[in-house]
Amino acid sequence: MAEEITDIWAFLAASPLLWLTMTLVVFQGSLWINKRLGGSPVLHPVLISMAILIGILLLTGTDYDTYFDGAQFIHFLLGPATVALAIPLYENRQQIRALLLPLLVSGLAGAATAALSAVTIAYLMGAEWVTLMSLAPKSVTSPIAMGVSEKLGGLPSLTAALVLLTGAIGCILAPGLIRLLRIRDDRVKGFAMGLSAHGFGTAQAFGISATAGAFAGLGLALAGIITAFLLPASFNWLPILVGG
Amino acid sequence: MSSLITAIIILLTCQLAGEVIVLWLDLPFPGPVLGMLILFGALLIRGGVPEYLKQTTDTLLRHLALLFVPAGVGLMVHFGLVARDWAPILLGLVVSTVLALGVTMLILSRLIRLRSRRAEDG
Repeated sequence: MAEEITDIWAFLAASPLLWLTMTLVVFQGSLWINKRLGGSPVLHPVLISMAILIGILLLTGTDYDTYFDGAQFIHFLLGPATVALAIPLYENRQQIRALLLPLLVSGLAGAATAALSAVTIAYLMGAEWVTLMSLAPKSVTSPIAMGVSEKLGGLPSLTAALVLLTGAIGCILAPGLIRLLRIRDDRVKGFAMGLSAHGFGTAQAFGISATAGAFAGLGLALAGIITAFLLPASFNWLPILVGG
Repeated sequence: MSSLITAIIILLTCQLAGEVIVLWLDLPFPGPVLGMLILFGALLIRGGVPEYLKQTTDTLLRHLALLFVPAGVGLMVHFGLVARDWAPILLGLVVSTVLALGVTMLILSRLIRLRSRRAEDG
């Protein structure tokens, strides 16, 4: 009997079916847990899912490659999802055209500030090179951030976790900062939240108003495009500069 | 002909074109980002989003969070790095997020105010 169970486990643990199903079940459970706890961004469903799945994998002695054989079917959809961001971008095209220059200037400044300040602080505190490269694209939406991280020589999976943390941090800090700087324009609030806290910030901006939400979606897309196009190009000279 | 399949073909073809062009021209940014710009350009030329494409992408983007989980679990491979670098990572994340929010909001609100003042003068 015990031997049969071991055999069945050996079969399941190595098949893609188990870990694909497990990922979906754990995520659904995490959505429920997050809702029960009042929908706090600190306990985002993705963070809860990561903690539970890593726990299960460690307890069962399963390595990440075996898990990813199953989970890759979900992971693959990140590419098409990035392409799909063209639709919200298209739907906001009139607002983009009306405020094109202010949005571009502030977007460029904000995205550059996010990447450079994070990398500078971590560098001064003695972080590893690969940590710095994984940290640089952390403000933009995961599918883009992971692609940029890979291009820079960072670790895409570390970047994915840092992106999620940035989103949660942005949601916690934004309301206080908006009050401190006395920002009243919903367009400005939304754009800044989408730009610096991607999807998390966008979801929170929709709670302020529909206008804030639309501008957050725009900030998210613009930060993604600016970071994807400029970060890999501008970081090419960095290793030479610091002699790394 | 299924419109769901047409929508999937459109998304995958744009991504494929993006990936091929990035590899071909050795561009430094991710293929799907170029795929997004290709689709955006196509929508501008066509002058609207077809309903079936809107439905499929809405579904995909509504469940975007789920798609991050497999990569996020990969954090377990980097426990050593995170244990070593957790302090620079955390301080870098918090300070840079505050600065990015502040810089973006201050510049954008100044520029919008400047523009409306100029519109009143003119």
